[in-house]
Amino acid sequence: MYGYSGKILHIDLKTKKSWIETKPEEWYKLWIGGVSMASRLLWESIVPGCDPYDDGNPICIANGIFTGTPVPVGGKFGLASKSPQTGYVGDSLSGSWFSIALKRAGWDGVVLHNKCDQWTQVFIDDDRVQFNDASYLMGKGTFDTEEAIRDKLGDDQIRSCTIGPCGENMVRYANVTNDGRQAGRTGHGSVWGSKKLKALSVRGTKGVKVYDPKTLNKLSYDISKSAQGKDTEKYRVYGTSTGLMNTNSMGILPTRNFQEGVFEYAELVSGEYLDKHHKVKVIACAQCPIACEQMSIVKTGPFAGAMTGIEYESLFANSSNLGISDMRAAIKLVTISDQDGMDSISMGVSIGYAMECYERGVLTDSDFACPSHPEGFSLRFGEGDSAVKLAEMIRDREGIGALLSEGVKIASETIDKEKGTESYKWAMHVKGLEPAGYDARSLKTFAAGLAVGTRGGCHNRSAAYDPDMKGDTNRFTVDETRGKVAADTEEYAAVYDTLPLCKFIRRSFTGKADRAGAWPAIASLINATTGWDFDYDAVDLIGIRAHTIKKAFNIREGWTQEDDHLPWRWKHDPFTHGPSAGVVVTDEELEYMKKLYYEAKGWTEEGLIPKELLIKLGLPDVAEEIGV
Amino acid sequence: MPITSTSKFAYIECDTNLCVGCQLCEYMCSFTKTGEYNSYRSRIRTVRVDEVLITAIACRTCENAPCVIVCPRDALTQDPLTGLIDVSPTKCDGCAWCIEACDFGAISINPATTLAEICDQCKDEPDGPQCVKWCPKEALKLTTADQRAQRTRKKLIAESLDIPTKATDPK
Repeated sequence: MYGYSGKILHIDLKTKKSWIETKPEEWYKLWIGGVSMASRLLWESIVPGCDPYDDGNPICIANGIFTGTPVPVGGKFGLASKSPQTGYVGDSLSGSWFSIALKRAGWDGVVLHNKCDQWTQVFIDDDRVQFNDASYLMGKGTFDTEEAIRDKLGDDQIRSCTIGPCGENMVRYANVTNDGRQAGRTGHGSVWGSKKLKALSVRGTKGVKVYDPKTLNKLSYDISKSAQGKDTEKYRVYGTSTGLMNTNSMGILPTRNFQEGVFEYAELVSGEYLDKHHKVKVIACAQCPIACEQMSIVKTGPFAGAMTGIEYESLFANSSNLGISDMRAAIKLVTISDQDGMDSISMGVSIGYAMECYERGVLTDSDFACPSHPEGFSLRFGEGDSAVKLAEMIRDREGIGALLSEGVKIASETIDKEKGTESYKWAMHVKGLEPAGYDARSLKTFAAGLAVGTRGGCHNRSAAYDPDMKGDTNRFTVDETRGKVAADTEEYAAVYDTLPLCKFIRRSFTGKADRAGAWPAIASLINATTGWDFDYDAVDLIGIRAHTIKKAFNIREGWTQEDDHLPWRWKHDPFTHGPSAGVVVTDEELEYMKKLYYEAKGWTEEGLIPKELLIKLGLPDVAEEIGV
Repeated sequence: MPITSTSKFAYIECDTNLCVGCQLCEYMCSFTKTGEYNSYRSRIRTVRVDEVLITAIACRTCENAPCVIVCPRDALTQDPLTGLIDVSPTKCDGCAWCIEACDFGAISINPATTLAEICDQCKDEPDGPQCVKWCPKEALKLTTADQRAQRTRKKLIAESLDIPTKATDPK
């Protein structure tokens, strides 16, 4: 077999035993890698119905098919566990040298079972597994932890996935971090924290072999050169933050906890402003010729020295969404989330929720009192200093930070129960996951995509904002095409998440990002790597199967169609001004689009998957368990 | 700060301002030499000093190369015309003294054979050093000290005249 070793490494954290599972080539043809293979390993390994923090919830890691080869942007891995935020599938991606080291060590994937007795650093040294005491790493941030491990083990090429203080403290939306990149969303870091797993390190010294290196090198070289062209310019020059002025002009830039869609100070927190005043350097993920990460530093004021990579999603959540117009505070907030290891979107939206609670009198100064701030403090929109204080309290689970570290769903339910308030009206989440930076009131196809999303309100899994924003659909209205558009864009994204390839390369194959432009090129890459005979249809099936296994997982964990919902605000509370004023997604529209979507997927009216469909996709064992 | 070298020969240099740390140079170096993609077998190595200080280092073809002088078994020899270091597989026993002697960390030991491995600028490849060919950001170049000085002079003049050139316009 080329491109794969055929081996999955299983590690029992409790008994400190490990064993090898061999998988046949046919299994790899179904699951490929990334989120698809990780989700499949989760399906096979979890104790169904367990609590996300229980022994029975495994950590599943899957390499990419192109990991460790010169295929541009293919150095990524998928990470899956049951999400403590949603109770359903938690599947994340991270671009990294970690996955390359893992592949060179000879593993296509790793499954970690059970929990450690004490804080542990697990070290996969090619074929051997070591369990090391992690006490010297405790309290360290994510970047520092990686460095400390390299120092201790004496090899600069050892790569680690780590958790920071947020994961140690089980902030429900903590991240797993590697090489300065984050496997974010859905709270993997807290699962690792629940297992007392501080880091998973790998040294891989073997080479990666492919079926037809000459062809693969040629294809990769051409893509790598074309990725220096116009199609990736916005990522290379300004990074993803350049989108902020665009969402602002469309009136969909979440502002002051999604109360408004236009931020009057948008220019001060734009990608262009960042480029001019804060950018230090652009850096790349492993194996990436594009390089989009805009490393940005604060040079003046109380947050001087804070530095991290700034992306659009981190930026909106911690600037406009909090009413903050001082880029320095926004960079500081994102630096806290990256270095200490929590999801910058969930953190920003949780702080935004708390700010609105404060402005509406649900929370007062004294509610923010804690040992670090005995007098408490105010938390109005725009108060960067206060937001930073609260971020640190969330990280340390100090005072009310402990409640907000549970995310807006649990925080709002707890506050409303205690105080008899109605803060659920401004608690922004879908299935417990805080949404990304595209207000869905006037992106109606995207609203459907978020509602039905298997991991909650996620822009990476539902790409339906794209047709809405480009004008391929009328974003203000609903019609009978939306179910199909939502399904198609979701399956399109799932192909990239499964290989995985970064979606920023999508136009660099042929200049066209659609299926016709990209799938044949991707099939050629797969065939040169593995010696298989994939074609357009086989590539298309990758995404459908990846999405199906995640949905099947959710069904087995108790999903019903009531879980496919939208936040109250998007349904009842329109913007008062801006290009998207006066629009909401009504319950009728949402239910109509859900029905269309289930239809487009070939599912039942209740959103369940028919047995025949699962068998047709080559998943008879899944059909047996959850098919109807 | 660029590391200076006493070499009069050409060597692979990396512009730290352009290097993004993707490691494609390591992939293609190891592939060229071994047929597999493996950073541990690459003769050029990327270095992340911190989050933003990133570069790549290969043999700098020093004159009177310390690695050659220090080798206790005379396994290393230097080509007087190109400055390239040759490692004799029959004489080298992997003692790693050359690694200690090298000021640039440009030598590594092959974990499989335990022999020293040093960049030879892909002298057998018709299209030259593969790392230079593949570098997506054109951060890597095979240059001599004279060429680097000349390039700096040109850049300085272009900047002082405010004429946009490739050297001043990363976009």
